[in-house]
Amino acid sequence: MPLNTNEITEGDFQIIGGNFTNAGEASMQMKAKLTELGIDEATIRRAAIATFEAEMNVIIYAAAGRLRYYITAHNITIKLEDMGPGIENIELAMQEGYSTAPDWVREMGWGAGMGLPNMKKNSDEFKIDSVVGEGTSVEMIINFS
Amino acid sequence: MKLSNVVEKLSLEVKTGKNNLQNNVTGVYISDLLSDVMGNSKDGNIWITLQTHLNIVAVAGLKNLSGIIIVGNRQLQEDVLQKAEAEKITVMSTPLTAFEVAGKLYQLLNG
Amino acid sequence: MTLKEIADLLEADVIADPEDLNITIKNACSADMMSAVLYYHTPDSLLITGLTQPHVIRTAEIAGIKSIVFVLDKKPGAEIIELAKQKKIPILFTRFCMYTASGKLYEAGLPGCLFK
Repeated sequence: MPLNTNEITEGDFQIIGGNFTNAGEASMQMKAKLTELGIDEATIRRAAIATFEAEMNVIIYAAAGRLRYYITAHNITIKLEDMGPGIENIELAMQEGYSTAPDWVREMGWGAGMGLPNMKKNSDEFKIDSVVGEGTSVEMIINFS
Repeated sequence: MKLSNVVEKLSLEVKTGKNNLQNNVTGVYISDLLSDVMGNSKDGNIWITLQTHLNIVAVAGLKNLSGIIIVGNRQLQEDVLQKAEAEKITVMSTPLTAFEVAGKLYQLLNG
Repeated sequence: MTLKEIADLLEADVIADPEDLNITIKNACSADMMSAVLYYHTPDSLLITGLTQPHVIRTAEIAGIKSIVFVLDKKPGAEIIELAKQKKIPILFTRFCMYTASGKLYEAGLPGCLFK
């Protein structure tokens, strides 16, 4: 299916905090959509990794969140908004290896302090806003080559 | 084999516990899960991990490990280094991945 | 290295379609932290892990990992095995620990995965 310049493909998902069983479902569906649209594999991989990390952050830290994506002929925009604790110091949170994850999260294989760096690394544009006690929003854009 | 041999052969950077390099290495354990290391590592093992959380120092101390190799050039926070120094835990660092460090150690210890 | 050769070296039990044993594995990554797996460049890689959670399978799919080895005879739940089958990701079980499994494969010539 070739990309139509005027058409926008969208997705919208609710993510429930603590639901590790279905973790990654939203990212998988987005990945399948990009594959269907014929986007090249390396770009899909970047988008999938960035989205998966973002999705995991909502599952690990927040009560709930919403993930939306928009695909145009030129790029994909992924937006996440969560109702979570917020991030006190974003600069610190962006440092590789820094994590506030509790022990039980580390025992599940997350909380290595690489989530946000991985998201930024795989995005062409990366924006993060957070209010302590309210939540965090992330916007990532990945351009198609 | 002594820890100092391992440091030399694998060109590891020694971050803390430089006085313990005469420690005997009894074997190697790899895991990033602290409970796994608590349960399965043995006295005198070298521990390979990319985990950099403060609790790695306590685990190495409790299990009497001969040292910790942090892989993938992961940076350690200052509080982790200070605690490791205070507890006399040898923390080493390498740009190699866990798989590669394991491979090289396996050849060194079993070859 | 083929998956068959890897299974033989690790004396592993395999859950896979018979033809999957012919797939070629280019390199390996040993980790329990999933973000580390996502950090490395792992298309056509083998993941060696001690973590038995459903998100191991999902991480593998996202990262393009070809196959997963569970070490120390750790058995994931039935739903994880089902998910792996559904995603067509062959899984192996070895009694060896992560160190020995990695060591044996490295010795046999399998390289480590690359940083991006």
